[in-house]
Amino acid sequence: MSQMIVDGRPVEFTDERNILEVVRKAGIELPTLCYQAHLSSFGACRMCVVDAGKRGVVTSCTTPPEDGMSVETSSPRVRNVRKVALELLLAAHDRNCLTCDKSNSCKLQDYSERYGVDKVRFFNTTDEVKQPLDTGNPCLVRDPNKCVLCGNCVRVCLEHQGMNILDFSHRGSKVEVSPAFGKKLHEVDCIYCGQCATVCPTGAIMVKQEIDKVTKALNDPAKTVVFQVAPAVRVGLGELFGLVAGVNVEGKIVAALRRMGADRVFDTNFAADLTIMEEATEFLKRFNSGENLPIFTSCCPAWVKAAEQSYPEIIPHLSSCRSPQQMFGSVAKKYLTADGGLEAADVFCVSIMPCSAKKFEAGRPEFSVDGVRDVDAVITTQELARMIRAYGLSFANLPDEAFDQPYGESTGAAVIFGASGGVAEAALRTAYKILTGNELELDMWKTAAPGETHREAEVDINGTIIRIATVNTIKAADQLIQQAMCGDKEYHMIEVMACPGGCVGGAGQPPHDTLVRRAERAQGLANIDKSCRHRQSHNNEAVQELYTRHLEQPNSHAAHDALHTEYTSRRRITESITISEGNGQMDIAVCVGTCCFQQGSYDTMQKLNKLLRAHHLEDQVEVKATFCFENCQKGPNIAINGKLIGEATPGKAEEIFNREILPEFAPEECAK
Amino acid sequence: MIATPEALEEKREAILADRATVTRRVLICAGTGCVANGSLEVLDRFVELIGNERAILQQEPAGLEHTGCHGFCERGPLVKIEGMDILYTRVRPEDVAEIVDLTLKNGVVVDRLLYNDLDTGLKCRGEKEIPFYKLQTRTSLDNCGNINPDKLDDYLAKDGYAALAKVLDTMSPEEVCREVTESGLRGRGGGGFPSGRKWDFVRNAPGDKKYVIVNGDEGDPGAFMDRSLMEGDPHAVLEGMAIAAFAVGADEGIIYVRAEYPLAVARIRNAIKQATEEGLLGEDILGSDFSFTVRVKEGAGAFVCGEETALIASVEGHRGMPISKPPFPAISGLFGKPTLINNVETFGNVPLILRNGAAWFNGMGTEKSKGTKTFALTGEVVNTGLIEVPMGTTLRTVIYDIGGGIRGGKKFKAVQIGGPSGGCLTEEHLDLPLDYESLLAVGAMVGSGGLVVLNEDTCIVDMARFFMNFTQHESCGKCTLCREGTRRMLQVLEKIVAGLGVDEDLETLAELAVAVKDGSLCGLGKTAPNPVLSTLKYFHAEYDAHVHEGRCPAKVCQAFKRYVIEPTECKGCSKCSRVCPAGAITGKIKEPFLIDPEACVRCGACVSSCPFNAIKEVA
Repeated sequence: MSQMIVDGRPVEFTDERNILEVVRKAGIELPTLCYQAHLSSFGACRMCVVDAGKRGVVTSCTTPPEDGMSVETSSPRVRNVRKVALELLLAAHDRNCLTCDKSNSCKLQDYSERYGVDKVRFFNTTDEVKQPLDTGNPCLVRDPNKCVLCGNCVRVCLEHQGMNILDFSHRGSKVEVSPAFGKKLHEVDCIYCGQCATVCPTGAIMVKQEIDKVTKALNDPAKTVVFQVAPAVRVGLGELFGLVAGVNVEGKIVAALRRMGADRVFDTNFAADLTIMEEATEFLKRFNSGENLPIFTSCCPAWVKAAEQSYPEIIPHLSSCRSPQQMFGSVAKKYLTADGGLEAADVFCVSIMPCSAKKFEAGRPEFSVDGVRDVDAVITTQELARMIRAYGLSFANLPDEAFDQPYGESTGAAVIFGASGGVAEAALRTAYKILTGNELELDMWKTAAPGETHREAEVDINGTIIRIATVNTIKAADQLIQQAMCGDKEYHMIEVMACPGGCVGGAGQPPHDTLVRRAERAQGLANIDKSCRHRQSHNNEAVQELYTRHLEQPNSHAAHDALHTEYTSRRRITESITISEGNGQMDIAVCVGTCCFQQGSYDTMQKLNKLLRAHHLEDQVEVKATFCFENCQKGPNIAINGKLIGEATPGKAEEIFNREILPEFAPEECAK
Repeated sequence: MIATPEALEEKREAILADRATVTRRVLICAGTGCVANGSLEVLDRFVELIGNERAILQQEPAGLEHTGCHGFCERGPLVKIEGMDILYTRVRPEDVAEIVDLTLKNGVVVDRLLYNDLDTGLKCRGEKEIPFYKLQTRTSLDNCGNINPDKLDDYLAKDGYAALAKVLDTMSPEEVCREVTESGLRGRGGGGFPSGRKWDFVRNAPGDKKYVIVNGDEGDPGAFMDRSLMEGDPHAVLEGMAIAAFAVGADEGIIYVRAEYPLAVARIRNAIKQATEEGLLGEDILGSDFSFTVRVKEGAGAFVCGEETALIASVEGHRGMPISKPPFPAISGLFGKPTLINNVETFGNVPLILRNGAAWFNGMGTEKSKGTKTFALTGEVVNTGLIEVPMGTTLRTVIYDIGGGIRGGKKFKAVQIGGPSGGCLTEEHLDLPLDYESLLAVGAMVGSGGLVVLNEDTCIVDMARFFMNFTQHESCGKCTLCREGTRRMLQVLEKIVAGLGVDEDLETLAELAVAVKDGSLCGLGKTAPNPVLSTLKYFHAEYDAHVHEGRCPAKVCQAFKRYVIEPTECKGCSKCSRVCPAGAITGKIKEPFLIDPEACVRCGACVSSCPFNAIKEVA
């Protein structure tokens, strides 16, 4: 055991990775904007500086503790650095705090008050030039005018998700964080997991709000407003009302929503049980036929977007099941009028989610029928808390009320969807029943350690071993996919959740600095599971009733129609640029992607154009520049009437012209 | 392919024997400065007239070579006739025929091309007599200007790679590190960390893979020491690297050079190619089991990439942003491997130390700062150029004796040492010895060795603004204090030079400077306030003049300029009022005119228009 002196008092330490952790252990709270225990230390904000005597002022977050080292946390020197740094940040910050969504949970606001920054001597640079907001996507809003350049978003995106959507650009005081080339989030491969928003200390990245849409519907007497509440929400919301993490507040949520005017309050867990019926059946079909294994889960919209963009080769492996949110939306819109005893109701479906990407998912065109969305609005746990406050409800004093029927019934298998590993476990419970006829009472994963991103399990079903892996974060998923797809490791089922710890750690959840908080929420879900009367989805009587009334049986035609979906590869740009118009007789597409371009595709195109003109064919042939044909090794690639021709180098342009193009128009000339 | 140390010596002897008959060599400076002044045209003319090599003149072979920087850039293009002890200065292509006819063919000196000090009337034939050279101790720069940097043979003829051969043949890595430690060599990039200790850190760091990096990202305005060394003696840098690699156990080296140094890049690349072809780099060097390869990485011109962790990030292909130390590169550097990173000049000294011994090196300099240091002497000094002096030489010697004093008979005002990271020193510091500790004690630093001399016409506040503008633009923007602090310091300085300064501005400036110095992440930010802090300390009166007295004593800051028409000298011709773009000058013909100071935009057009010099600028 080693010892440090913090403000004159000895503090023992063992494996603390930096002075900051030791100082906090000593009960002294140092301010941090750029420090997140689960990310690499960055040392940029300079808030956590301590006076290390001869070594000068050092950032406690980046300096490892040493035996016998002595630091002061509030010497005049460090107080000056801290205060000046805060004043400088405020001078470059849009200080419209009163109208900022982050007000009261903003670290910059808190520290400015705490460290007595009572004036800003410099003119506000955001008054001079207001940077435009990035609002082009349905999930997140980036406000560069509030960015303190702590780099948390950059690191979480890289270190947890491996996506690297955001990074620093420019130099000096012009530095900013943005996607490549200053694009907007919707113009790049952002999967909207919103982890950037969870680590943003200010209001520079926030989850987009849809509260207005919901209150408008609630005030509209013509609408039947139906809520669904996702599993992770019930173990997170309480934190915003002073309760400890993991406490189940489901009953109070129902009570609150009824008081706001909800017509029906249902449970996403009902749809989760439905998902398991479909997915377990789908899995067993594949398991028996051996096709498209491993099966990848498809409940997480951020993961599905990542898969479509980055791993289109695994699309056949993705479960075709819609997520519980979308299954619920589809069922509610299709059957609620009948099942709920309503008369031709105009159902407005609101889901309460721990997630930012669910807002994107609900807007995907495949989840609309005749232009009407299955899920009309998605609000997060945090938005729900704000609504509760806006409606003046005293949350702690609300009674516990039960969900409405018939879509309010659920099992323990559904509630564990909210934590990493839950979907796979729930599916296994039902698959086991289908295969053996017996109930499986298992807790497959044991308890996950905070920050654990990859777990594996093997389940023996009557001598057949089923190998399952569960990963959370896209970075962990990427590693697993590399292994699974190249055959290094064989799995039958892989569950992927984009957020650390699964949905409990989603961007819609209350702010959480630590991974421990997420683990506590997950434990809360496990406790609910254990206390449920039924812990297997097939024992959900309301779900069985739904099949009886409308959907026949899992994976039936009707079920496919209502509960399944399709995916599209989104890896490449599909648009093309027309270089010269034709008359429809022939089209030539020339790849101008980086690889082909470097191998001379542009020159090939120029030569072909010249030859077309020489033979007076320019009006009959359409020439267009396009992007990847996925044949990069054999570039440059061109396609003539859809026929792919590789190695179309400028030197071969004439040969290709004479062989592939000219005979179509002037066979006699070619015969010569 | 040179396979053994013995073969290296044989080759060296062969080169020397071959050259024994060459008694005279024409050496034409092809450093960046002289090239810009037209030295390549001079070279072409020589080639035309006497042939590329060994043209027979007076039955004697003479060599003709281009070389790296001779150092005396002020008087370039320089042509040195080795063997006759002649240095011709400011040679134009049209002078070449004369040099060939008179000097080379007939041994007659062309008087008008010799160094000629107009002030003292001193005329010098060769380098040895010129004060600029006489007072220097050129060791690491010895080859610069005396060998053709594109010829390995030239370097070999000057005992090149002998130190590497000695190290590989007779020494252990520990012994090499010890020798460097004993020499007292300290990092020449500015920090002054003892090199031997750094080498030991890397040597003792666990790891199979280690790297050696040369930091050639010289970015200070007015500094060109490293560029000159890479351009003039690239093999010395390679030899130093190879010795270091052997000492620390590295097998891969990277030379990080700014892309704005195309000549240095070309010459280093050429040297790598030659050394690799001859087996002085590559596998099993000189028959030992030591292997070492070197590649060049061109930097994209970010000043911050001179900071070692930012440099490493840049080599890795990342944005050049520093990271907090520890871990130091010696433990976790390039790609997370132990990495030795030293400045160009540091490596340039290594072969000399190993060849001549630690005692030779630590015989020069002061108690704590050993050896020599190169400086780029620029600004308002008579002899600008590249110099090398023993550590501890006084500023006075450098500026007055070597530099020849202040240009145009003006008064010395200050000297900025260490570029934008350094401090501004005054007359009272002229007898300060140039070494690490002395300079730090007065708020400056050796830095990489830029020395900008300022005369009485320089506004100190404006100069501080210039450097702050530089660091603000070059800040990587990572840490709050450097990014935002330099911006606000710059704004305050801009306000002061614009004549809008108020009392509190000086307090704010000082407070910011201290916070930025204390709280920044890397060396760039920690030293960025130095120009402000040192000028606030030594030139406070000048700040006061700007803020409180509404004047710029050096008459530089536009905002403080006042023009008045001397009534006794004005003939009332009205010329000034006609050129005035602001209509600020009025008057009656044949009577003195008047400038309205409120309307005046201080463009100075009236001054140059007045045929009677009646319009004066007052401070």
